[in-house]
Amino acid sequence: MQFDLVSPERSIASFEVNAVDLPGAEGDMTAMDGHLPLLTSLRPGIIKVRNGSDETRYIVAGGFVEITSQSVTVLADKVFLDEEVTSTALDDLIERLKNTANNKEMQEKDKADKQVGDAISLKAQLGI
Amino acid sequence: MPSLKDLKIRIESVKSTRKITKAMQMVAAAKLRRAQEAAEKARPYAIQMDKVVSNLASSFQDGSSAPKVLAGSGNDQVYLLIVATAERGLCGGFNSSIVRQARQKARDLLSEGKTVKMLTIGKKGREQLKREFEEHFIDHIDLTQYKAIRYSIAQEIGEKILTLFNKEEFDVATVFYSRFQSVITQIPTEQQIIPVEIKADDEESGFYDFEPDETDLLVDLLPKAIINHIFTALLENAASEQGARMSAMDNATRNAGDMIDKLTIVYNRSRQAAITKELIEIISGAEAL
Repeated sequence: MQFDLVSPERSIASFEVNAVDLPGAEGDMTAMDGHLPLLTSLRPGIIKVRNGSDETRYIVAGGFVEITSQSVTVLADKVFLDEEVTSTALDDLIERLKNTANNKEMQEKDKADKQVGDAISLKAQLGI
Repeated sequence: MPSLKDLKIRIESVKSTRKITKAMQMVAAAKLRRAQEAAEKARPYAIQMDKVVSNLASSFQDGSSAPKVLAGSGNDQVYLLIVATAERGLCGGFNSSIVRQARQKARDLLSEGKTVKMLTIGKKGREQLKREFEEHFIDHIDLTQYKAIRYSIAQEIGEKILTLFNKEEFDVATVFYSRFQSVITQIPTEQQIIPVEIKADDEESGFYDFEPDETDLLVDLLPKAIINHIFTALLENAASEQGARMSAMDNATRNAGDMIDKLTIVYNRSRQAAITKELIEIISGAEAL
């Protein structure tokens, strides 16, 4: 299936893949050929793209994904390339999400708080 | 007839002007290339975003449960005009044409009895609108501190606007900018960003599952779509500004060249006249002897 990863400032990846692991807002999922058309939001996490024995990973700070039976299109808010994944970059992200969360109320705040939690666990998962 | 010395000074001064405009033109050309690349790179995201939004919004045909940013606040009394111009001048009609369109719109709205609020981006537009609309200004965004248009700038502006909308400070927001078509043509454009306009999508949008549900997803997605519209506007504007400056400076350089040619002819003629005059004086003096 066709995989596209775009961020607001540029297009990051576009190629044929076998499967994509996605950090969906309500749980991880894997998209393969013939997947049900689905629109979902992403939490801060790792996208793993598998093509044969190759595996590429992208770290995203949230966004959306559109899955159809032949394609996966990720609209990421921000994509960290491998050399950009530093502890400071992630701390910045966590800090920013915290700030947003502090300005929100009620349900909105719950959602924003969850994003902060997701970002913190992403940092732990990456072990940096 | 100015003296030879005056002419010489004049020619020199036009020559140095030509050097400056030539340099500005080349700088603009280099910046234009970068701005165009940035706009080009941002396009896939914008296209996908529009697609996803229209897919999602089409499942909200009834409109009652749709979020306000999509359905509107139910009024159309207060208009927010976001006027995006450049921080610098010397770019031909670039700033003026955006301002002209915004001014027209503001006058029309005011004569219909609507309330107009203005948010200016870039000081050139602000300066031109100040005399007529100063009491309508609510905010100004200064772009001088940024070297290039980054998404974070659009994000900041977008969040500002959304906060205002949520506080019910306005009902409709329109952004004015210049769309880059080519180095010689930039089209002043107005685009409504709130309520979000949905482009009719002819190709079958398919039936999607949504996770979380449509409303939650739309609530997350729409602010990003709005921010992205602003981002696109800023990028187009940046490219247009450099394009406009490049062609304005190209014209200026050519004009300076023409002027130098004309002045040089006048200079040469006067010099020749002076020489001829001296010769006549010498010859008639010799003949008299």
